[in-house]
Amino acid sequence: MAELLTIQNISIFVLAIFVGYHVVWNVTPALHTPLMSVTNAISGIVIVGAILQVGDHNADLVTFSNILGAIAIFFASINIFGGFFVTHRMLEMFKRKKSKRDETHE
Amino acid sequence: MSNHALSSIAYLLAAIFFILALRGLSSPTSARLGNLFGMIGMTIAIAATLWLGEYLNIILILIPLFLGGSIGIYTAKKVQMTKMPELVALMHSFVGLAAVLIGVAAVFNAYETHSTIQRFELFIGAFIGAITFTASIVAFGKLSGKFGAKAIVFVGQHWINLILAISMVTCGVIYFQSESILAFLLMVALALVLGVTLIVPIGGADMPVVVSMLNSYSGWAAAGIGFTLNNSVLIIAGACVGSSGAILSYIMCKAMNRSIISVMLGGFGSDVTTEISTGGERPVKSGSVEDVAYLMSNADSVIIVPGYGLAVARAQHALQELTAKLIEKGVTVKYAIHPVAGRMPGHMNVLLAEADVPYEQVLEMEDINGEFSQTDVVLVIGANDVVNPAAKTPGSAIYGMPILEAQKAKMIIVNKRSMAPGYAGLDNDLFYLDKTTMLFGDAKKVVEELVKAI
Repeated sequence: MAELLTIQNISIFVLAIFVGYHVVWNVTPALHTPLMSVTNAISGIVIVGAILQVGDHNADLVTFSNILGAIAIFFASINIFGGFFVTHRMLEMFKRKKSKRDETHE
Repeated sequence: MSNHALSSIAYLLAAIFFILALRGLSSPTSARLGNLFGMIGMTIAIAATLWLGEYLNIILILIPLFLGGSIGIYTAKKVQMTKMPELVALMHSFVGLAAVLIGVAAVFNAYETHSTIQRFELFIGAFIGAITFTASIVAFGKLSGKFGAKAIVFVGQHWINLILAISMVTCGVIYFQSESILAFLLMVALALVLGVTLIVPIGGADMPVVVSMLNSYSGWAAAGIGFTLNNSVLIIAGACVGSSGAILSYIMCKAMNRSIISVMLGGFGSDVTTEISTGGERPVKSGSVEDVAYLMSNADSVIIVPGYGLAVARAQHALQELTAKLIEKGVTVKYAIHPVAGRMPGHMNVLLAEADVPYEQVLEMEDINGEFSQTDVVLVIGANDVVNPAAKTPGSAIYGMPILEAQKAKMIIVNKRSMAPGYAGLDNDLFYLDKTTMLFGDAKKVVEELVKAI
């Protein structure tokens, strides 16, 4: 059972690498910095793993694992919010001049 | 439907949104929508985990989420674009740290039992996370100048790294044989040390590669945690980020004519400089701002080659003014961007975008190299190695490195603070050509004077 699950995971993993490979080669070099900051945000998905460690089977007890999980949530959140936000900020810069230029052209 | 099935569907949806987020970056117009998709994907994944998770301690989740989120947004708002590489390096380290914490939490979690395979997966996730964490902190320190950018090479460093790696793997094997928590913790500690010793010998010039590589590692760390938790969205997101970072590392290595192995072995671009720099006392032609202003305003076409020196001098905005003035006079102005023009991939594009330089004026190396021979004036600002024709000479240290072919233009103007060589520590023949005029001084001052003179 565990073996089968691992093989399923490996299948997903390998296919996702292929998808990632093809999608990322299509990213325009001008946007490589936003690509990095958005991947920072996306790697913040480890927050899902962190949340699952903050379960309390025994209602009143906060375990060592809970605390580590909470700290992990803290750092992952910085990445998620910071990553998406700074990417947004950069992409706005790329947009701004385009519209400005269009205005001056008209 | 069971909660488990529901959450699996939500995670699949989230993974699709993440892929769309990366897909959006193929052009600046679709990129903002892509970023929105990324946020939607993340919201779905977090919401599904909170909604369907069992026995969750909501307070312990929401407080760090809120705190971290606020710090993230505050930092994202405040950070200067020149400091993006530092921020990105720091965020890589957070992914690594989170992966380590989750791994350790899982090992200590009394409610979880791990099969041998899961212990193996925990080991992989935790050690990649640990290396990513400390390596990124060192990279951050080097980029921000806190630790000094110099490569620190010590005797027997490769042996020390090898011994560390072997001991780490040994502890890992002991852990998944015996479930010994001590072995697991020791393994993590060794990986933390290894992260430091791996990056310390790498010089500042190679930081674009290192930052890309750590981007890749942070993805693999996330995927490793996904394996342990049997969580598809972590695996998919981690794999995409991992391959993205790997591609960026490859692009950076190619642009710098470096192999990933020689970057890892370290020591490049650090203290070789002093030896070769005094090599030639050849005469250069130094010009005045007025002459250059006259040349540029009477040209038909001008290509500007910006380097990191431009960003250091904060001359982007002045340069944009200069461009606008030249365009007003009927001059065609374009920017030529070398892939390593900056401290990380695509850095210069962001810096120019911030200074309101239109996206259409900024061209990548492959797209503009054919145009130099028909260009009247090339203005090189704060760049050196990326326009060094020595890259075409067999035997040169940078032989084979792709360069911007500025030497083919009719007239070349180079702004530099001094004749000091670039990262590669090489003299640049371009500076000694008859058609080259040197314009010494701080980039910002010089460009501002040019704006006034035109």
